[in-house]
Amino acid sequence: MAMLSFERKYRIAGGTLVGGSLFDFWVGPFYVGFFGVTAAFFALLGTLLIVYGAAIGPTWALFQISIDPPPIAHGLAFAPLKQGGLWQIITVCALGAFVSWALRQVEICRKLGMGYHVPVAFSFAILAYASLNVVRPILLGAWGYGFPYGIMSHLDWVSNVGYQHLHFHYNPAHMIAVTCFFTTTFALGLHAGEILAAANPGKGKPVKYDEYESAYFRDTIMYSIGEIGIHRLGYFLALNAGLWSAVCIIISGPFWTQGWPYWWDWYLNLPVWSTGGKI
Amino acid sequence: MPQFHTLWTHIELRGPDEAGPPLQIGSPGRIGKPFHSQWLGRIGEMQVLPTHLGPTGVASLLCGFIAIEIIGLNMLASVDWNPVRFIRLLPFLSLDPPPAKYGLNPFPPLREGGWWLMAGFFLTAAILLWWVKMYRRARALGMGTHIPWCFASAIWLYLVLGFIRPIAMGSWSEAVPFGVIPHLNWTATFSVRYGNIFYNPFHMLSISFLYGSTMLFAMHAGTILAVTPLGGERETHQITDRGTAAERAALFWRWTMGFNSNYESIHRWLYWFATLVTLTGGIGILATGTLVDNWYLWGVKNGLAPQYRPAPDLPAAPPAQALKTMQDKVLGR
Repeated sequence: MAMLSFERKYRIAGGTLVGGSLFDFWVGPFYVGFFGVTAAFFALLGTLLIVYGAAIGPTWALFQISIDPPPIAHGLAFAPLKQGGLWQIITVCALGAFVSWALRQVEICRKLGMGYHVPVAFSFAILAYASLNVVRPILLGAWGYGFPYGIMSHLDWVSNVGYQHLHFHYNPAHMIAVTCFFTTTFALGLHAGEILAAANPGKGKPVKYDEYESAYFRDTIMYSIGEIGIHRLGYFLALNAGLWSAVCIIISGPFWTQGWPYWWDWYLNLPVWSTGGKI
Repeated sequence: MPQFHTLWTHIELRGPDEAGPPLQIGSPGRIGKPFHSQWLGRIGEMQVLPTHLGPTGVASLLCGFIAIEIIGLNMLASVDWNPVRFIRLLPFLSLDPPPAKYGLNPFPPLREGGWWLMAGFFLTAAILLWWVKMYRRARALGMGTHIPWCFASAIWLYLVLGFIRPIAMGSWSEAVPFGVIPHLNWTATFSVRYGNIFYNPFHMLSISFLYGSTMLFAMHAGTILAVTPLGGERETHQITDRGTAAERAALFWRWTMGFNSNYESIHRWLYWFATLVTLTGGIGILATGTLVDNWYLWGVKNGLAPQYRPAPDLPAAPPAQALKTMQDKVLGR
């Protein structure tokens, strides 16, 4: 029954948020629960609609398939199925599936007596998605401002929106987000490498523990943040990557309509620069 | 009621300083008197120092200092040694590689990229010496050398950008300038020049691993923090002697998505995701301009993208007069 050697004693009833004991069971390794049912429903429906959209679309070339949002002219109205209506329903399905998945994680946390850190982290990713395809289109007044669902088409969208603001690298929130992505990956490489190095010291050598892990980072960079600290840091960095990604796209258009390079004019025009005479 | 705080440390305990494991005979000793920071202790360990510098550490710091001095003084010279203008324009100041006419000439005039080459030399020396230091410390402590090899992957991307690809292209002018905004401008220009780098499959892989790393770190760190009340953050202990924290962490993902890693294997996933970001990224950069001239056209040829129609009412090239006005503006005429 696809169970790990220690799994049986953890499979206990209770901890559900909705539905009492009705859906409180497992299918193979998967926990179901009320939100497992809703997640499966939305995920299946959304996926089938994407396949349907591809079937009535111009191509089966995987990288070129695209489900586009309605044209801007439709504003925030419901669009006909073949003119972005599919995109609208798929967006609802995606949000339904994502939120269901997060709430199902909450139920599993409750069953296992764990903190809610994973579903909280996931909700930042959901926030970023909702910012792109719900909040920003509403602020701009048309669903057509959302990104299309397709492998190349969403990349084209990113490229185009970037150049609409002349040069997106000048967006300060984008700077923070990219920095968080790179720093998270940097910290991840250090952390994962450290654990593997301690647990796999080489043939015939004893496994090392936290004393050595701390010594390695003190010896190289003067400070070791420690076993719990690195996970707090990684959590903080990763969530900020998602948060600032959401911020950087929400402000582009609704709150800043010029090219991003011009945003820096406030800095170049600070009165402090001319205090010592003209420069 | 006392509570366990997973996001910050509520009650900080201060024990005797950790001196670190004994060093090998003949190795230079650790330096720096340990001190404690209450603020660092809120999220991690309180103790800072001692550290181990060693000959490679000293040489690396020295080379790094020289590189930063060359870059900073060149930037200061570019604003006529005016300190206010220097601070004001610092994000925009640049130390550029030699112009294309010098090709791979190792000794162009100092003012035309010579300083850039020298700064690059010392920065590269600093990074490589630091790699040696990371490797030697891992060996000295009797640990695996996983971190230096992950670091080597980042160095690979760095060398591709500033050394290997310029050599392949036959000109230092292909390399990245030093400067905050200038290196961002370089990145954007590079993408446009080669027909949109989003169509470069190795760029796709690199970005996927970058986002994947961030997602996996959120998943991993979230899982560990969620089981810290059970001692789950003591990862190497849980690897050698599995406790209920590891069992719950595993079951959380098994029940969520149908499979799970364990306390050791999750770090292999994390390690390879982080390492592959720069490994694939370096391949993608090296192939650009050497093997592929236009990634969009490459994508059309390989079925990634359709042949887009030109936009109506938009000329294929800007009118000559507009182009001249633009050039005059850029060149300050």
